[in-house]
Amino acid sequence: MRHHPPYLRVFLTFARNSLVRDMTFRGNFFINAVASTSWVLMNLGFYLLIFRYSPMIGADTGWGKYEFFVFLSTTLFVNSLVQAFFMPNASEFSELIRTGGLDFALLKPIDTQFLISLQRVEWSSLANFVFAGCLLAFALNHLEYQPTLGVILLYPLYVACGVAVLYSVMIALSATSIWLGRNQSLYDFWFYITNFSRYPMEIYRGTFGTPLRLIFTYLIPILVVVNVPARLLALPLDAARWQLTAFALFATLFSLWGSRWLFQRALGSYRSASS
Amino acid sequence: MVATLQTWWTIFRICIDERLVYRGDFALGTLMRFLPIVTQIFLWTAIFTATDSSTIAGYTRQDFVAYYLLTMLSRAFSSMPGLASGITTQIRSGEIKKFLIQPIDLIGFLLLSRAAHKLVYYAVALGPFALVFFLCRDFFSGWPPPSTLAAYVLSLCMAFALGFFLEICIGMVGFWFLEVGSLLFVYMLFNFFCSGHMFPLDMLPDPWNGVVRMIPLQYLAYFPAAVFLGKIEGEALVHGLLVQAGWVLFFIAFSRVLLRQGLRRYSGFGG
Repeated sequence: MRHHPPYLRVFLTFARNSLVRDMTFRGNFFINAVASTSWVLMNLGFYLLIFRYSPMIGADTGWGKYEFFVFLSTTLFVNSLVQAFFMPNASEFSELIRTGGLDFALLKPIDTQFLISLQRVEWSSLANFVFAGCLLAFALNHLEYQPTLGVILLYPLYVACGVAVLYSVMIALSATSIWLGRNQSLYDFWFYITNFSRYPMEIYRGTFGTPLRLIFTYLIPILVVVNVPARLLALPLDAARWQLTAFALFATLFSLWGSRWLFQRALGSYRSASS
Repeated sequence: MVATLQTWWTIFRICIDERLVYRGDFALGTLMRFLPIVTQIFLWTAIFTATDSSTIAGYTRQDFVAYYLLTMLSRAFSSMPGLASGITTQIRSGEIKKFLIQPIDLIGFLLLSRAAHKLVYYAVALGPFALVFFLCRDFFSGWPPPSTLAAYVLSLCMAFALGFFLEICIGMVGFWFLEVGSLLFVYMLFNFFCSGHMFPLDMLPDPWNGVVRMIPLQYLAYFPAAVFLGKIEGEALVHGLLVQAGWVLFFIAFSRVLLRQGLRRYSGFGG
């Protein structure tokens, strides 16, 4: 009979170890948390400036100031979770391949993707999660539209879906570093791709915008990451939106499956770099 | 004199060769860097559809896109990746000792090496830049008059000098604090916001507008772009260029003072 390792316990140990490590360098932890929050504050300042000049992002899109703050806090929720749990590991992965350290991960009696995805938790990134919570509460207080209880319950589920989609893109990207040998620009590439997900999907329209929106919704579903949960909370849903909301669940499952498949394929062509 | 020139020329050539090794990756990376412009075009188009006026803070929709493209060009001159952190690493590892022993000036060496890197960068990045500017030519209302163009080139060159000496000064702080990573991050944040890389500084409301115009960061991205777009003209242009030159001179002098004081504090051990 195959023995299954206790995944939850292993993950909790990873999380605890990372916390212990972070608390060893408390000053650094504090500076990191403050720095990432100031980055968010600057972004918030930028959008505040935009809303000084324009009542809405895109005519008739519904994304007014407070609706957009809901959107922004959703972006922050998703990004802070990805940065806390997956980002440090994905950037470490290409280094593991280059140095041959992946051999040790492969030898361990646990799923390799699990091990290399969750080994390290960057606790300081969760500062933005807290900030996002405050911003969301503030924005919801000022909204005219009141979301129903069902929708409020669906929101965390869709934030989790968003995290899963972004994780899939990230793990697929880092899997390619097995073929490319070195993938230093992974972080850049990641930033450029997710850049598209940071704005309401309604802004992509016109000759170039519509194809772009369709590609990033249905082919690489990064537009559903923030748009679907944010719209649930901020704006009333029509039939077409419900379809997209249902599609998001399917897109999440498909992304997870696709990236898992790609990762396994990539592992198959891994050749150890160590002696 | 000839020997010195020969030394500097050799250093310059070595730095160029070193930089040319990864040219393919480099060109691709430069092209990818323009991707955020695509989202900016859509974002500003959407913002303008929701307003009644055709300008925001004096900028039309076309101006905004042109502005973002031009700040990318300014940043190609003024950003100095790895300069300050490189200096602090050299201070910490003791590698800086070689400049104390060899008859080479540290700041001069770094300047040559950076100039060589930038020249190679422009040679390789010229293709992607030309392509993107050509594709986006409709966002520009033609070439500015020659005098504006001359002022623009001058402000770009000074942006390079200002970016270089400013970052040298930050790197020199490494003589006092061994790790300046967090300081650099804070600088980077302020730089992104206050240099006008994120949005045209004209959008800022009054108390803030005055503050960002007092500090030198605006000359790294906003000022050259605004000059090209004809937002700064006549007396204001001359004044701006003079202030920019003043900041360059200030940071040249300040970097020398910091180096002298820093070397007095510095102690090296071993070989």
